[in-house]
Amino acid sequence: MLNYALRRLMMLPIVLFALSLMIFALQMSLSPTQRLAAYAPSPDYLKGGQESIRRMIEQYGLNDPFYIQYGRWIGGILTGNLGWSETARQPVSTALMSLFPATLELVVLAFVPCLLLAVFLGSRAGIYLNRWPDHVIRIFTILGWSFPVYVFGLLMLLIFYSALDWFPPGRLSQWAQTVVSSSDFVRYTGANTVDALLNGNLAIFGDALRHLAAPVITLTYVNVASMTRVMRTSMLETLRQDYVRTARAKGLPRRVVELRHARRNALLPLATIAGMELAVMMGGVVITETIFDYAGLGQFAAKTAANLDFPAVLGFGLYFAVVLVLMNLIVDLIYPLLDPRVKTQ
Amino acid sequence: MKVLRYLARNPVSLFGVVILLAFVLIAVFAPVLAPPQSFQLSPYDTPRAGFLATPQPPSPEAAFGTTQGQYDIFYGVVWGTRTAFKIGLGVVAISVLIGTVVGAVAAYYGGVVEEVLMRIVDVFMAVPFLIAAMVLTALLGKGIVPITIALTTFGWMSYARIVRSEILRIREMDYIHAARSYGASDLRLIVLHILPNAMFPVLVLATMATGSMVLSASALSFLGVGTEEGYADWGQFIAYSRNWIVGQPGNPFQFWYTLAFPGAAVFLFVLSWNLVGDALRDMLDPRHSH
Repeated sequence: MLNYALRRLMMLPIVLFALSLMIFALQMSLSPTQRLAAYAPSPDYLKGGQESIRRMIEQYGLNDPFYIQYGRWIGGILTGNLGWSETARQPVSTALMSLFPATLELVVLAFVPCLLLAVFLGSRAGIYLNRWPDHVIRIFTILGWSFPVYVFGLLMLLIFYSALDWFPPGRLSQWAQTVVSSSDFVRYTGANTVDALLNGNLAIFGDALRHLAAPVITLTYVNVASMTRVMRTSMLETLRQDYVRTARAKGLPRRVVELRHARRNALLPLATIAGMELAVMMGGVVITETIFDYAGLGQFAAKTAANLDFPAVLGFGLYFAVVLVLMNLIVDLIYPLLDPRVKTQ
Repeated sequence: MKVLRYLARNPVSLFGVVILLAFVLIAVFAPVLAPPQSFQLSPYDTPRAGFLATPQPPSPEAAFGTTQGQYDIFYGVVWGTRTAFKIGLGVVAISVLIGTVVGAVAAYYGGVVEEVLMRIVDVFMAVPFLIAAMVLTALLGKGIVPITIALTTFGWMSYARIVRSEILRIREMDYIHAARSYGASDLRLIVLHILPNAMFPVLVLATMATGSMVLSASALSFLGVGTEEGYADWGQFIAYSRNWIVGQPGNPFQFWYTLAFPGAAVFLFVLSWNLVGDALRDMLDPRHSH
């Protein structure tokens, strides 16, 4: 098992290298002048006319061959310098690190109910196959599965912000932002709800939750569908297995067999899917964060991509690949805990 | 016959097929439903009734109302159906082609070739799909072709994986051994005997992906890198509605039509492809037909 984990981890540098090469190649498709913008300390430097632009291209070696430029670039990254993000107006690593807690907070709050709901609904649908709970749950998941996130998110805004004024967009209200930015408020983690509790400020905690509610509902609904489907299918296959029939035959109550014997084993395929979903969500819930103006990694990544802010795009890409590989690894390591048979293989 | 019997027993799948057919009809008869005006350079440029900033509610002139900048929502939704089919089918067709070739070559040659190809697949899998597609679209410029290229570049991998594993599975089946024993060449085996059987799971995946690719394409437009201003594209129209989600005080649903019509169009389109894909999977895979 350890051997396997190490082999998986050794893939990571290869993936990261290929990824950096890919993003750099995309960047090189821009003209040297366009790429120069990333180096200019201020926009005024680019107003100096053709001569100064040419001089700066020379100075930063933007006309050098591909491999020399790549080597220089990757050298900086290996020393921990991810470069400067034009969009964030701060170093890429600083921007990513300051936004990470916001996304983590949102994802955790959405993922936990999502997982519980999927297990509950999926196993119910499997148990009540082709009876009304199954039909209701199937329709609910098919609708959720087809709902575009941005349409559902905008509906949430329409109902809970425009009409009811319960859940405003953003991360905090103006007054709360002032408190959080003040020196009295200690930023332990960067996640507003956690920091509010640690500072003992319940008003801030409530305000943060108010802003989190709509994106959390949106994320939960659009993500619960696929997980519920997997859970249902897997529950159906488990319920048809011999050991389930044996358990029933020896007189165990139906409930006990269904919920204790079958559901536990039906969780296996869900673990894989849930791990992947979590990885993708951690990689930035781009559309949801954009709609609700929630300043997290996803919204940042979308802005940098639209602005062709390459240092930031690369930084985000590397972060995403690391999360994905690690998450797959964690799922693989959890597997033997759920199913002891896996260990022996 | 088998298909009809299945549909008769599954009203939900039937519903999916009916919506999909309705969209096909809308796309085919777009010039009749929403005739372009003579001065339009392209039928995909949505006509506008003036330049007023505020959206206008449905009226006899504009059945679904108008967006900000007075783009006709009905026209956009009707011609947007064509855009959706073009992007969805285009992306999926090219992706299936690339994926099948890569998967088949990997399975056929094995060894180093397979290792390299599948590691390339792994790398592409580790790319954040939407963000990568945004970057590529932003580089290539606005329009359907850049969107199609971007979504294909980062969307072909799952087909390669499926085709490869299906070939590896089928290759060991008895009828293949039989065919080989009376002298069929490897190429003949792959193209005539193995690939046709490996295509069923690909077909199911492709059907479901058609809907989700249209979702991604609309998302690109929604995030501001998709189609040009005023292009008949559902994502673009939903993006317009974003500024008008909050109505005036006392009238929160004032601009409901800006979201409702294009939103319903994307939703129903994706829903129909998902339902049809679901039905296909049930029909082709006996394990799922409970």
